[in-house]
Amino acid sequence: MSKYFNNLVPILLEQKKTDEHILIVESSRLLFVLNFLKKHFGFRFSLLSYIAGVDLISFSYRFCVVYDLLSVKYNSRLRIKVFLTEITPVFSCVSVFINANWWEREVWDMFGIYFEEHPDLRRILTDYGFEGYPLRKDFPLSGYLELSYNENKKQIVVEPLELSQDFRFFSFEIPW
Amino acid sequence: MLLKKKDFFFNLQNFTINFGPQHPAAHGVLRLILELDGEIIIRADPHIGLLHRGTEKLIEYKNFLQALPYFDRLDYVSMMAQEHTYSLAVEKLIGLKIPRRAQIIRVLFCEITRILNHLLAVGCHAMDVGAMTPFLWSFEEREKLMEFYERVSGARMHSSYIRPGGVSLDLPVGLLDDIYSFIRQFVYRLDEIEEMLTNNRIWKERLINIGVISLSHAIDWGFSGVMLRGSGLPWDLRKSTPYEIYSELDFIIPVGVNGDCYDRYLIRIEEMRQSLVIINQCLNLIDVGPIKTVNSEFVAPSRFELKNSMESVIQHFKFFTENVVVPHGETYCFTEAPKGEFGVYLISNNTEKPYRCKIKAPGFGHLQALNFMSTGHMIADVVTIIGTQDIVFGEIDR
Repeated sequence: MSKYFNNLVPILLEQKKTDEHILIVESSRLLFVLNFLKKHFGFRFSLLSYIAGVDLISFSYRFCVVYDLLSVKYNSRLRIKVFLTEITPVFSCVSVFINANWWEREVWDMFGIYFEEHPDLRRILTDYGFEGYPLRKDFPLSGYLELSYNENKKQIVVEPLELSQDFRFFSFEIPW
Repeated sequence: MLLKKKDFFFNLQNFTINFGPQHPAAHGVLRLILELDGEIIIRADPHIGLLHRGTEKLIEYKNFLQALPYFDRLDYVSMMAQEHTYSLAVEKLIGLKIPRRAQIIRVLFCEITRILNHLLAVGCHAMDVGAMTPFLWSFEEREKLMEFYERVSGARMHSSYIRPGGVSLDLPVGLLDDIYSFIRQFVYRLDEIEEMLTNNRIWKERLINIGVISLSHAIDWGFSGVMLRGSGLPWDLRKSTPYEIYSELDFIIPVGVNGDCYDRYLIRIEEMRQSLVIINQCLNLIDVGPIKTVNSEFVAPSRFELKNSMESVIQHFKFFTENVVVPHGETYCFTEAPKGEFGVYLISNNTEKPYRCKIKAPGFGHLQALNFMSTGHMIADVVTIIGTQDIVFGEIDR
């Protein structure tokens, strides 16, 4: 498989786990690779399963966007990864896979990765006035704000978070 | 006062209604903004996220064992299917083999889960469309199945029974006999539900040619499971990439012809019958043996060993405090959950907590296509389409 990929598709790296194929692609070449894999007769990866984002906080390329493709014709799967920094945008693949719409909105909402030329990039899972990108590693688990019902004002108010106990994080790397 | 001609030309906008978050037919919390032209829908815009509980972020702060109950609560009508996927993902990362009896028990409960889910799907779909009785009948059957869940794990719904390494406890005495008597009488219950719905003129009028989706569109929109099979593609993950003991079992996959709601309803009923066939085969195949990987550092020791050996006590302590340390790796593990392809993309970094756990829910992809499927239909058909897509908000919003 790798010699076909090297000659036809501009990829950076190909990895093969036990039964999973992973391709690492540059973000500028992403649309071409996805279009090629979808339409080429020998591959026909026509179903996009999901798009995931990963926050690799200690690496020089902070984010990774993972596309998982399925070929129903040949019964095989392929994972494509694109590594990004905090300021590089990536092209939206809605023109290739129409169901990428909501998956990219979710990655935008959770990580703050901007998809260029997406038809409707707005928040999907977080609350309507939410600020911040929850799944980033520097966003705390409890968040910054808390919502409560104020009996005096008779409405829901948003206040900074107050926890009565510090967040306990158990790490077993150091045994003492 | 003379009325001029320009007074009669109004600026028309489409009527927008909020099929609000609180609605008995919205299958959970779904805020659907519908733009209407009379009764015909021009555009449907689902607003989701009202049940977002931050599952993926919470999992990053928990052990692999502590993260397991989150999966029960994702699709809260078919609980063990998600646990199964997660357990398979963790076992793949560790490289753990589980014993045969555990595999058969897992398949048995996965098929029971499939029946549970389809009973709720068909029952609630029927109730939304207007038929109230099959809903009550199917919930009575669900109670019987949840009694099996309770006998095996202690909890009616969220059992956390299927764990990485096997299953948590062995089957109690007499359970398999009771499952056998259940499947013998369940065929007649299914016949009763079918008699109510399948040849019913009103049901057929409400469901045939509603929400039709062709195969190429279904693949474009990333459907999986019953939605793909309804459009004509015989795609079932239990047959194409068999996991556990599905390669030894003999069952057929129902496939639809037209891609409309009626075909999907018929597929779900037939899948319930096929699940009974699979459960029957599992009951014949099951044999004595261990239910967890034996002598492994990735599994809690049994209480018998715990009372007899010091190493087991130490292993028990280490397992329940620190839990397993999974080596570096990533994997995407998928199973044929009753709603479609449920997948878990797990990245681990040699600690006891997952680094990133992405949950791929089938309902997310299906709900996305709601706009496409319901333009041109009427408001009542939106309810039918939401029911046929088998939407449960626990897995969509996570």
